[in-house]
Amino acid sequence: MKADPRGVLTGTHFLDGDHACCEGALAAGARFAAGYPITPSTEVVERFAARVPTVGGCFIQMEDELAASIALQGGVWGGAKAFTVTSGPGFSLMMEHIGYAAMTETPCVFVDVQRGGPSTGLPTLPAQADMMQARWGSHGDYEIIALCPNSPQECFDLTIQAFNFAEEFRVPVMFMMDEVVGHMTEKVVIPPADEIDVTPRKHTHKSVEDYLPYSTNGDMVPEMAHAGDGYNFHVTGLTHDEHGYPNMTPQVQDKLVRRLQNKIRSAADRICLFEEDRLDDADVVVVSYGITSRVAQRAIDAARDQGLKVGKLRLITAWPFPEKKIAELAAHVKAFVVPELNLGQMVHEVKRAADGNAKTFAVSHAGGAVHNPDEILNTIVEASRC
Amino acid sequence: MRLSEIRVAGFGGQGVILSAILLGKAASIYENGFATMTQNFGPEARGGACSAQLILSDEPVLYPYVTRPDIMVVMSQEAYNRFAPELKPAGMLIVEEDLVRVTDLKGDPKVYSIPATRMAEELGKRMVLNSVMVGFFTAVTKLLTADAVRKAVADSVPPSFRELNLQAFEKGYEYGNKELAAAPPRQGLQELAYSSE
Repeated sequence: MKADPRGVLTGTHFLDGDHACCEGALAAGARFAAGYPITPSTEVVERFAARVPTVGGCFIQMEDELAASIALQGGVWGGAKAFTVTSGPGFSLMMEHIGYAAMTETPCVFVDVQRGGPSTGLPTLPAQADMMQARWGSHGDYEIIALCPNSPQECFDLTIQAFNFAEEFRVPVMFMMDEVVGHMTEKVVIPPADEIDVTPRKHTHKSVEDYLPYSTNGDMVPEMAHAGDGYNFHVTGLTHDEHGYPNMTPQVQDKLVRRLQNKIRSAADRICLFEEDRLDDADVVVVSYGITSRVAQRAIDAARDQGLKVGKLRLITAWPFPEKKIAELAAHVKAFVVPELNLGQMVHEVKRAADGNAKTFAVSHAGGAVHNPDEILNTIVEASRC
Repeated sequence: MRLSEIRVAGFGGQGVILSAILLGKAASIYENGFATMTQNFGPEARGGACSAQLILSDEPVLYPYVTRPDIMVVMSQEAYNRFAPELKPAGMLIVEEDLVRVTDLKGDPKVYSIPATRMAEELGKRMVLNSVMVGFFTAVTKLLTADAVRKAVADSVPPSFRELNLQAFEKGYEYGNKELAAAPPRQGLQELAYSSE
């Protein structure tokens, strides 16, 4: 279906990434957010709080991130599309409820504008060190989807994509921005509402008597009931059967948890978005995401100028990890170079997927700034010689 | 349109960030170029050092930060002391002449100065000094067309202050054209400018 024109600020704007993310959420149909504002993500909800009442929604500033991350799920079960916005310290506090959203299959979006950590770290400066936390931060076995924009335009476009994935797969989607992308201002083109595809909630058409909240019809994603239409249903973080009631047998646990994983893994080819460039003749592939992909591009261009055969793989989807693509490339390239604003996170995934068929070089950075492109270039040169 | 690195700096409350937004908007929305603006983001809000980095280009901007500014606009002594050493030796320095004393300048940059605050006060509101500065910038750098910047000014300020800001822009622009006629830039600097031909 197409976007509701009331939420779409069609036109050409000069926006920072945080504001563009807010406009993406409104265009996607988000009408509720609960948050505990934190630098460098504050501008997202600051704008949302001002904008959303004009389109019939609301924002609640909660007492903390635990409350925010569960209030948003109340909003979703009440019928709204909803999200919350935070940064590292708040993201840590939200982990319990990210697991709850995964277990209860609550479609929602968590925006994390990454700053330097651990703990309160560098409130106003960038990092990309929450990437593993986004995937593994809550306990138990589950899958999420994580997207990484590298410009304000993508903060708009991919926020819509995040909401669409959340609805399609009934999964919490992590929107992994970083401080630079959040605070940089560039041109953002917002198309007319009738050019924006939004995925509606997967509502059931079954009768009240026939509806089973967690039964699936072969596609692994159950249908939701519309609150207020007379359906009685029970939502719990305990292991539950098709009726939604606790059933703590190993058989029910196995069936449920495998489905939570497989509904994402089986669709990984479609969820894994990436951008590639000059991979055809590449000996070395630079794998990067977020702001680092733009810095890396400068290094790639400089390496090409030196005659080195280097290509680019930019991860737009970080989770599920595009392991198939990496494995294909590993079969015919010498090495991967992985710059990221952390001391080594996604590089381990690249190494795992390459499975010994190509070497892996990390270009680590503790955060607080972006890489110097020369650091990446030096590693490309080193990798070319391996 | 060659890639130009610009730093705008002053103290919080002078409209430093808005100045950069106006120029970035003019380039990316009204001139079909590309602009990336970042701001030094710290705890200071009013009165502290405040700076914005702006990169203009005819191709998408990759690296979002200014490394060696071609052009620097400074509106406070503190900003001058802190940032002037970064300026390219043959770059252009634009200063608020009542607030900045240009000393110990390295290299041989072209310097243009304007009493922007005083001119804004003559218009009745000191607040519009950034629009005066943006008009002056437009005239002396010739990076952007006056029309593009006028449009950016008109759609970026509250409607009740639109007329005043446009007047401020014109005042700065005229002053800049006079300064430019009196002291034209060297050959090297003209290469910086977007060619309008």
